[in-house]
This record gives sequence, C-alpha cells and structure tokens, in this order.
Amino acid sequence: MTTLLIKNGRIIDPANGVDKVANLLVRDGKIAEIGKFSTGADEVVDAKDKLVVPGLIDMHVHLREPGDEEEETIASGAAAAVAGGFTSVVCMPNTDPAIDNEATVDFVYRQADRANLANVFAAGAVTKGRAGEELAEMGQMVRGGAVMFTDDGSGIQNPSVMLRALKYSSMFGRVIAQHCEENTLSGGGCMNAGYQASVLGLPGMNKLAEELMLYRDIQLLKQAGGRYHAQHISTANSAKIIREAKKEGVAITAEVTPHHLLMTEEDCSGYDPNYKMNPPLRTETDIRALRAAVADGTIDCLVTDHAPHLRSEKELEFLYAPHGIVSLDCALGLYEKALIETETIDWVRLIEMMTINPARILGVNKGSLGVGCDADITVVDHRSRWQVDVGKFASKSRNCPYHGWELAARAVCTIVDGTVKYQA
Amino acid sequence: MTTKTKQGNKMKSAEKNDRFVWTRKHLLGLEDLSKQELVHILDTAEGFKDISERAIKKAPALRGKVVVNLFFEDSTRTRNSFRLAASRLSADVLEFTAKGSSVSKGETLRDTARNLEAMGIDIVVIRHSAGGAPYLLSQCVDCCVVNAGDGFHEHPTQGLLDIFTMREARGDLAGMKVAIVGDIAHSRVARSNIWGLHTLGAEVFLVGPPTLMPAGADQLPVTVCYDFDEIIGEMDALNMLRVQFERIGLPTFPSVREYSRLFALNSERMKRAKKDVLVMHPGPINRGLELESEIADGPNSTILRQVTNGLTIRMAVLFLVNQAAAEKRKPEA
Repeated sequence: MTTLLIKNGRIIDPANGVDKVANLLVRDGKIAEIGKFSTGADEVVDAKDKLVVPGLIDMHVHLREPGDEEEETIASGAAAAVAGGFTSVVCMPNTDPAIDNEATVDFVYRQADRANLANVFAAGAVTKGRAGEELAEMGQMVRGGAVMFTDDGSGIQNPSVMLRALKYSSMFGRVIAQHCEENTLSGGGCMNAGYQASVLGLPGMNKLAEELMLYRDIQLLKQAGGRYHAQHISTANSAKIIREAKKEGVAITAEVTPHHLLMTEEDCSGYDPNYKMNPPLRTETDIRALRAAVADGTIDCLVTDHAPHLRSEKELEFLYAPHGIVSLDCALGLYEKALIETETIDWVRLIEMMTINPARILGVNKGSLGVGCDADITVVDHRSRWQVDVGKFASKSRNCPYHGWELAARAVCTIVDGTVKYQA
Repeated sequence: MTTKTKQGNKMKSAEKNDRFVWTRKHLLGLEDLSKQELVHILDTAEGFKDISERAIKKAPALRGKVVVNLFFEDSTRTRNSFRLAASRLSADVLEFTAKGSSVSKGETLRDTARNLEAMGIDIVVIRHSAGGAPYLLSQCVDCCVVNAGDGFHEHPTQGLLDIFTMREARGDLAGMKVAIVGDIAHSRVARSNIWGLHTLGAEVFLVGPPTLMPAGADQLPVTVCYDFDEIIGEMDALNMLRVQFERIGLPTFPSVREYSRLFALNSERMKRAKKDVLVMHPGPINRGLELESEIADGPNSTILRQVTNGLTIRMAVLFLVNQAAAEKRKPEA
C-alpha cells in the first residue's frame, strides 16, 4: 500500500462541485480522501497557495509516431504533456501510416505504456488512410481502445461519406471530430484571407472554408444522429453557428486552441512560420467572439493542437513551411492569460474545460477527483511569473511562437495514477 | 499647427536632397519607404542615367563587390537588367539559378544564402515564388538583399522604374491619376506601384474583375473600378498588367476573349483616353491580349523607356544599399 498526500491546496474539482482548501490523500493510485485530516503518507506534496485540480486533459495533440519520430514520439510528447500539467492526451491519427486500424491503435497504447508518463489515448481515423473516401474499421478500433474518430489535418470533403461516418459511429457511442475545412475555399492558402494576406502577398484561407463545413456537418448530424465535435474553431461565425445548433439541441461540442484566443493575422507580418497554423490566426473580432463563446459555454473544451515540426521545416519560407505549433509545455499559462487575466471565466470554469468536459466528450473515466477515481492530479502554481523558454521544452520540437512570453500559471507537480511524473 | 510646420520643414529638407542620408541596406519593398526615400532613389537614378549614354558604359561605384543573382523563378528581363546594372557599376556578378523552391533540393533558403555568403557576397538579388522570402533572407544574412520579385508580395524595382518613367514624362507625380489594369490579386508589380504612387501623391485606380482584386482592397489607398471605360478618360497613365495564362480556366475569369473585351487596351478604348496618356506594361506583353500591338508600339507607349529606366533604377538601388552597408560597417566614432 503506497500513499501520497497533497497538503493544503485549493482543491478545484468541477465534476463534483468542489472548491475548497483541503488535503487530498491518494492510496494505491486512487483518490482516497479529501478533507481536513492529518495523516502521514509515503510521499507528501506541499500545495499551499496552489491549486490542486484533476489531471488536465488535452484531446487534440499530434505525437507524430509512427512515421515522424524526428519531430516527436509518443514518449517525448507524453513528457511534454506531464511537464505542462496534462495527465491525459488524445493523439491524432494523421501519422504515417495513419492510425486507421486496430493494430496501429494498439501500437499507440504499447508505446504509451513503455513511456509510462501520461495517459495517451488514440484517436482513430474516420476513413482509410484519411483519404476521405472509405470508412475505416471503427468497430475494430473501438475494441483496440480508440476514444474518438477524426481525419484531423483535413476535413472530410464528401458529404455522403460524412453522413455515413456519423451514422455508423453512432452505434459505438464515440464522437466524430471534424477539422472543418472546405478545401476549395482554402486550398493553397497559408494565412487568413483578407487585407493582411493581400499586403504580405500570401495566398489566403477563407473563413468560409471552416464555417461552411461546420454548417454542413450540423445539417448532416441532424439527420444521421451520432455525436459531433468541432475541432479548433477559429472564427466568430463558427462560434455563432455552434451556439445556434446547441440551442436546437444538436449533439455538438467544440474546442478552441490558445493561439486562436491570443494571436491574430497581424502576427504573420514578420513572415515567421511559427505563426503559421491551420486553421490560421484570424482577427481581433474573432478572438473576442471566441472568448465570449468560451464564457457562455458554446465552446466546451480547451486543446493545444500541439503540432511538432522540425526546425529545418519551420525555417522555410512562410508559404512552404508546414502548419502547426507546439504548446503542450506552456498551454496552461496561455489559457490563464487568454481567459483568466481577461476575466472571461474563473479558475473553476477553466479547469472544468480542461478536465471533466473533454473526459465526457471522450467517454473516458477521467477528469474527476471523486473518491475512488484514478489519481490523475495536477498541482498548479497560478501566481508565479515565469518565462517561456522553448529550449527547456520536453517536446522534441521547438516550433513555438510563445518563446519569451511571460505567463502566470504553470503546473508544478503532475501525478498520474498516484505517481508523481513531473515536478517543477 | 505644430505638426503642420514640422511637416513643412521635412518637405523642405527632402527637396534639398544632398542632406538626406540613405540608411537601408536592403530593399525589400516600397510599402514602408518614406516619400524622402523614394525621391532619393529616383534622384540617384537620375544621376546614373548618363552612364548608359557614355561611350564607355562603366562607373567604378561597386568595383570589387560581388552581386549574386539568386533566382528561384524564371526571369529574363529582370535578371538581365540587374546583371547589366551591376556590371555597369563594375561589380562581379554571380548567376545562381534554382528552379522552384529550395525545398526540392533538400536545402533551405537559409542554407543556400549562408553558403553564398561564405563565398564573400556583398549583395543578393533575389527572385522567389514565395512572398516574404527576401525578408526571410535579410534576417539570416549579413549582406545586402534586394528583392527582384517575391510571390505576389512586391517587385520594388519594377515599381520604382514605373514611377521613374512617369516622373520623367510628367515632372511631378502629385495629383497624377494612374490606373493599374488586370490581375491585381496576384500581382507584385501592382502592389509596389500602389505603395510608391500613393506615397508620392498620385491617385491609384485598380481596374479588373472582382475575382482578380485582392481581398481587403477597400482598405488599400486606391479606388477600385470594374468598368475600364468609365475611368479611362480621366487617367494620366495606364499600367497594363500581363495576363497570367495559368490563371485562365480557374474560376477567376471565364475566357481570354471575355477578358480582352472587358479589360484589354485596344484602339477603340484608346479613343476615350487622354491624348497624352502614358501606356505602360511591365513586359513581356501578350500582344493582342491585354494590349493591342498598335498601341504597344504606338506613340503613347513607354514600354521601351521602362526597360531603359529599369537599368538606371537598378544601378541606383545597388549603389544605395551598398553605400548603406558600408556606412554600417564603419566603427562608431
């Protein structure tokens, strides 16, 4: 029997409506007790003036394994996760080969076990090879442990394929997540379409590319049934479309990234590919609307879309460099900056959006500090002042525009299954 | 009030050009150049004009310097013009061709640039298919960088030579009305012209179908017009952009014939123009497409004058960036 005691922290557990200063005892990898008791333990973590929250969950990361292990591996990605306070991540299937069958799903879980850091859940591809044509063996992948399905990296262009995917997946109760992008309206683009792109002489990506597919999918969903999750939404109109669908009772959820809450297309003006991502950075108006959508619950959860790339790739011309940035290591601080400093939401809501909300969307038994639950716990110092240093990232990649940013919040201790996996 | 006086003073010193010191070691675009800077380049070019007319067409300004023509995109005119401009100033010229993007060779633009720099290059003239590539280059090398056209971002020396040609014909650009006609959305020539002309006080009109206008054109310092005939009578200069054949058939415009009907400059349309209107084209012309042959070769055409002036402008630009680099190398007193 091993015990771990987290002392005197402010325990925030939105799943159980808990927000109080107390001790938390872990016994044999499970939450044993929360309260004002005084017992000894094998290991003690002092959490005075800190937040003690359910382990953070990021349901949108790219760990590049199999295929691009130079950029990231499941092990290095999991290390970045725990360094950022995440105890669970969901890795996207746009690997090489794609995670579109049970064997590859199984491979992800084996590599995660070997790394033995964070819980890594696999997202399976909706279609074979993510080609958007034939349905992948979702049933087999569910058996292998896939927690959701998506062709992330590209949207499913053909509405008939999407309709069938939604229908088919409904029998497993797993969510279909979509990277909303109508290729004919964004193809070849590398930043938000508009004045800024025109002045920089770069091809733009029309906002409608995202909004039209989102709107289309909602209509498909109404007929097909199933559950649908809109990935990394980036525009004011997307938020509005989701808000209206939710009012109608459609089974839709949505996520947003820190970069779409903090930066705009203006940041592309130095042609630095660390500001290139898909969907692209939009405008101040979109940021305001996305923050409002976080505040009113239109957006359910916060994700990083952690997308590692080699330095040599990100040193290319803006037009030719690949999309995506990494932020697992510093995401919590970014959310604090985007949502708490701006008084958009409070800590309870922020933690809810990073724990129990994604857990519910995925249907995994995580994100709660209830007695008997898995002891996935993050201790957060929310009043520190620290500077992002990409050189210190646990991730293998450094493609991050936040280098040098000063942030207030960070994970100081990350516990997975009752074991401390990271300590600042 | 105070601001006005200050501006007045600035203007005066701009007119007395000898006091002005050029400090940019790169020329990446015309967007952020001040009026003073633009005028300084034009005046410097004016001074180089006679070199091309001498019996011995050579000046020693860049003797011992090495200029690289780093062209990632096909170009005959601009490349030759830069090459000749550099030779007239006695520089050594290294020709470097790399088709497509540098990615295909497994070497990044930075690698290529650093390799060249290791050979002791003073000025890189770069043509590239990606907007911003010259900027990227300027961030990672020590030598001067001159943009010879990047994606559809800017083509500053083309903009300057167009402006130089207009100034030569009219004396002053202030109040001039200039139409740029064609595929504005994908034109670097249009962008450089817009910035330069606007800063120098000319009024810019963009003419073309809405599908070939840049997004956010309403925020540019221009008037957008879809009917060429409506405005042609007021214009002092018509800059006819080259039709890019690879765009035909895309949903931007239906056919060459329709484009010609609506936006080409033909004798019929010329009748509505001012008698002394300047007809400009960055070349090479698609004869009979955007410009009727008779007009291209007619008395209003400045096309060959533009080529001549291109050389002069490029000499001035190479001279100025080199001078700025030399100033920066001097140890501070």
